[in-house]
Amino acid sequence: MEKTAYAPEYRVLTGNEAVTLGALAAGMNFFAGYPITPATEIAELASELLPKYGGKYMQMEDELASMAAVIGASFAGSKAMTATSGPGCSLMQENLSYGMLAEVPCVLIDVMRQGPCQGVATMPAQGDIMQSRWGTHGDHPIIVTAPSSVEELYRETARAFNMAEKYRTPVMVLSDAAMAHMSEKIRIPAAEELCITNRKKPDVPKDRNYKPYEADETDIPPMASFGDGYRWFVSGIIHDETGFPATADYEKIAEKLTRIERKIDWNIKEIESYEEYRTDDAEIIIVAIGIVSRVAKGAIDKARKEGVKAGLFRPITLWPFPDEALQKQAAKAKKIITAEMNDGQLSRIVKELDGTDGKIEKVTRNDGALMTADMIYDRIMEVK
Amino acid sequence: MEQHVFDRLMRDDKLPHMWCRGCGNGIVLQSIIRAIDRTGIDQDKAVIVSGVGCSSRANNYTDFCGLHTTHGRPIAFATGVKMANPELQVIVVTGDGDSTSIGGNHFIQAARRNIDLTVVVFNNSNYGMTGGQYSPTTPVGAFTRTSVYGNIEPAFDVCRLAEGSGATYVARSTTYHVQSLIKYIASGITHKGFSVIDAMCDCPTLFGRINGLGDGAKMIAAWPEKTVSIEKAGTLSADELEEKVIIGEFVNSSRRSEYTEKYARIIEEAQRERADLK
Repeated sequence: MEKTAYAPEYRVLTGNEAVTLGALAAGMNFFAGYPITPATEIAELASELLPKYGGKYMQMEDELASMAAVIGASFAGSKAMTATSGPGCSLMQENLSYGMLAEVPCVLIDVMRQGPCQGVATMPAQGDIMQSRWGTHGDHPIIVTAPSSVEELYRETARAFNMAEKYRTPVMVLSDAAMAHMSEKIRIPAAEELCITNRKKPDVPKDRNYKPYEADETDIPPMASFGDGYRWFVSGIIHDETGFPATADYEKIAEKLTRIERKIDWNIKEIESYEEYRTDDAEIIIVAIGIVSRVAKGAIDKARKEGVKAGLFRPITLWPFPDEALQKQAAKAKKIITAEMNDGQLSRIVKELDGTDGKIEKVTRNDGALMTADMIYDRIMEVK
Repeated sequence: MEQHVFDRLMRDDKLPHMWCRGCGNGIVLQSIIRAIDRTGIDQDKAVIVSGVGCSSRANNYTDFCGLHTTHGRPIAFATGVKMANPELQVIVVTGDGDSTSIGGNHFIQAARRNIDLTVVVFNNSNYGMTGGQYSPTTPVGAFTRTSVYGNIEPAFDVCRLAEGSGATYVARSTTYHVQSLIKYIASGITHKGFSVIDAMCDCPTLFGRINGLGDGAKMIAAWPEKTVSIEKAGTLSADELEEKVIIGEFVNSSRRSEYTEKYARIIEEAQRERADLK
């Protein structure tokens, strides 16, 4: 598939458009989804563009089927993605957990809206921070990134594909209803800047010796595609390196679960990304993700004019959470203010970190409106 | 000496299978193997997809690419596989609960699309894996672990459901009528479009025992009495057909085009029209 041949260097795009174009630039050639506000335009653009580049778009009957089709397509060798919002994401958890255990490269975009349940379909929120981590049953690793601008949505969607392919795992990107429909001028990176990554293929002979879950020293097993000559079996049941169920062997069960955690842990430095803004001398650290981090910068600038040393710590990869980097900031800060559009999910993560005891203050908003710089500024001035 | 079809197409190292003595699943599995052999499809270009349940373990024993998915979702996974690579021959092995209860929506939607999948429903009228509860194909009045007073829910007719949803090849046979079962599965594989083969089979351990139907052999031997051919069914009244299972080919049509072929034409057209977005 051709890459960014159609894209000029600068364009004005909405967040949803940037997601689709970023995915195409990374090599997406399969999309399955189900319409849902505020994510629908991702699917609309995918349905129009994919066939132009030889890719496939499928509108499935629901989100359960969408995630299933994405995984099926990935096993057949595609770079596959789906896009949804909170309620759809809940339905995708079932097969997302399949993707984790069966180690399937694929990308899930969650354009967060106010919840729970239908909530307010057209309004933004950040209520899926915990769903993205713990929405499935059982324990598993996950990579989730939370961009904060249209340009970053483009880049992080492309990076999500690269990470999915490299680590053989589903990767989620959290957008929200505001960024989805907001237009910004962005620079379209050249294809080489995106460092397109493809899954490692097996090089063993095409006989029964190919073991789909036999990992090398990287802990990431090479992955064949259905139809390329290997005959292999995959299952959502706990399996050994052959892919066949191994439910009567405690050692094999533990080995499997440990390895899929380890393959992410070992690469945490490469996966992890975060932004620090005016933190050098900061005594008050604002922790915020996505769209809230943008207004937080306004609040910080205003507070600094009043002589208050405030700074921002913005996790870009939300999971795995950049613990160490935040702990460093926490150690020297007097106060940490978590700012988020939910009732305090991010705050809970920060509370678990060493060195944050007794320092945490919260600003939350969960009524569907955007958090404002003044809400954060006021809190800074209260706790300074 | 020519290798036996089971040696060629099955993984003997995975045997013995996990099914109970007298279970009909083995007969359906060997019918699938013989049907695949008859069609001569490329062993490296076939994928057998399954859901969850006793029957969905069938692809553990076959020497093809195998995708053992989540409960009810094999048709949705298979849709992704087929769509991503239409060259693959995709066969779904599923049960009555897997395909018509939890996976009912995927079943009818895939039939509506007429995507080229061959779905073999191992229909044993109950949930065997979980210990024998009633399913959408349990006959009215039948006893199961969750219908101890007799089942009050009318049963789905898998073939009529498939036909009504748009499947272009639909047939039913039983573990007694093995030759026609093999023939129908082979026809379903060769057929270009969504194919459903309702394979009536026996669960003596759970459904048979609680309903006093005897052991596996006895349950198999009862099929001729319980069934009537689709040709003969046309001559019988509704009363005479009550409690009869109709077997035969319900649908075999090439009138509607197949989904991935239609999408291939969309790709051709879109690529012709492609212009820079600039």
